[in-house]
Amino acid sequence: MTAVAVPAKAPAIPRRREMLRRIVRAGIYALLLAAAVFYLIPVYLLVMTGLKTFAEANNQALMWQLPASASLDSFKEAWRTISPNFVNSTLIAVPAAVLSSMWGSLNGYILAKWRFRGSETLFTLILFGMFIPYQAILIPLLKVESAVGLYNTIAGLVVVHIIYGIPITTLIFRNYYVGIPTELVEAARVDGDGFFGIYRHILLPISIPGFVVVLIWQFTSAWNDFLFAVTLTGQQNWPITVAVNNLAGSFEVAWNVQMAGALIAAIPTLVIYVLLGRYFMRGLLAGSLKG
Amino acid sequence: MRRLTRDRLFAIVLLAPAIVAVTIFVYGMIAWTGWVSLSKANDLSFDMSWNGLANYESIFASIRFQIDLRNLVVFTVFFVGISLVIGIVLANMLDRKIRAEGFFRSVILFPMAISFIVTGVVWKWLLTPTAGVNVLLGLDPASNRWFTDPTVIHLGTDSPAGKILSDLGLGALASTEFGIPVALFSLVIAAVWQMSGFVMALYLAGLRGIPDELREAARVDGASEWQVFRRVILPLLTPVTVTSVIILGHISLKIYDLQQAMTKAGPGFATDFPSAFMWQTAFTDNAFAKGAAVGIVMLVLVATLIVPYLAWSRGQETE
Repeated sequence: MTAVAVPAKAPAIPRRREMLRRIVRAGIYALLLAAAVFYLIPVYLLVMTGLKTFAEANNQALMWQLPASASLDSFKEAWRTISPNFVNSTLIAVPAAVLSSMWGSLNGYILAKWRFRGSETLFTLILFGMFIPYQAILIPLLKVESAVGLYNTIAGLVVVHIIYGIPITTLIFRNYYVGIPTELVEAARVDGDGFFGIYRHILLPISIPGFVVVLIWQFTSAWNDFLFAVTLTGQQNWPITVAVNNLAGSFEVAWNVQMAGALIAAIPTLVIYVLLGRYFMRGLLAGSLKG
Repeated sequence: MRRLTRDRLFAIVLLAPAIVAVTIFVYGMIAWTGWVSLSKANDLSFDMSWNGLANYESIFASIRFQIDLRNLVVFTVFFVGISLVIGIVLANMLDRKIRAEGFFRSVILFPMAISFIVTGVVWKWLLTPTAGVNVLLGLDPASNRWFTDPTVIHLGTDSPAGKILSDLGLGALASTEFGIPVALFSLVIAAVWQMSGFVMALYLAGLRGIPDELREAARVDGASEWQVFRRVILPLLTPVTVTSVIILGHISLKIYDLQQAMTKAGPGFATDFPSAFMWQTAFTDNAFAKGAAVGIVMLVLVATLIVPYLAWSRGQETE
């Protein structure tokens, strides 16, 4: 560090500093507002286009203007096409999230509190599964799903999401349980609790935040999945991502209907984000291995 | 003591299903894919007889796959680089006791909650030349073609720099093969929109973990704000930077949904990626062995990023 020069005109410096500080702060707010506009502009367009009538949405020169009158026709039209897929997505994402979190809790408990020789290495080997490109397993996966009759079924996708969810759910619960003092576990053991007793009396009662994080994470990734769904299901079992992509790829579907469809597809995860953002955040940070 | 051993047995038995599932569905299926990639299974008869490295030779010789690899590098560099810069700048701004910080944080992060498909559908509309951004900003659709632009930026072998490269025997570097397709930037914008908030959140969490005393100490030593950031804050945030690069990098190497929703592959193969090549080869053309080879190449790319990271991250934890 360089030595500080003693200011010759002492009073001038604080005033200039103060000015500069104000300018910097104004600049920061301006930049943050610009960023907010960048992130929100697609939402504005989604909602506004969705609310327009077909005739109005057709005029691209006016696409940024507010709708002349709010019409729910495009949402009705989109819903008519994609409501079966919305149901499919729900039937996939809800069971996948619930079962994944239960399994993950058990795995995390064992890897955190019942370590054995090689369990840490095993954990790392499990973690690798969450980063692999699924293109490296899709061909055998399709063969296996066909062989056991799970190809093109909702259950088939649920199974896939649970299995490939093992690494992340185990990670989140393990890191969560590691934070629970070993003394508590020891005390329970002295009181006569065994494997299940410790889980039920010590870990389960304080697991709710962990479950919320994992449920949100698994629901979101199953709901937003495209690759597994497009590979392993046919049209009648498509979840909403595949249906919306198909809708958007069609030249016969008007833009306002496509936008309405995209918004419908985004709503469940957006609602979760708005209501439970804090837990959503924790899942994100856990996904970066830092728990 | 007997009880303890019985409990240990429970632990191992109850962990076994997860171990078996991961062994089969991750490692087993990777091995299986590897085996398919060495076979002749390039039609529906799925002939698994030995074919050596022929499928790998075939895909690496294919112009499309070469373009895909170039696109992947270009996309990854810009997507990761821009997201990192935006993320770190936003995090630093939000860490200055900003009013309505919660609002800004939520707005910046919410795209993480939605799918790449929805993102792709919206940004396709936003960047359609006759609509969206061009209409909003009054830009000429003929010169602002976004994802429909087939131009590939390259030096050109006639340019001065290209001539120097040619003299060095590196003329190829000046050709379109090593160029930058303009259409890819539309995908970069959409991906940055979706993922930069995640980087911001990581950095913000990192910044909040740095005690104010460290900054104060540097300031007392006479460091300017920039020096404090450059010499004190940034080095302390190295783990966050590594994590961000790894997470974004592996997402980038696997990118598929966004491209399917926005461009499929076009114009030409300007926005094609190995993921799309793999899917089409394996599941549209039924050339499973070649598709498997692409899948394995993708896995190797991701593994070179992830394996050292996993080792590093485990090491950090035991420290």
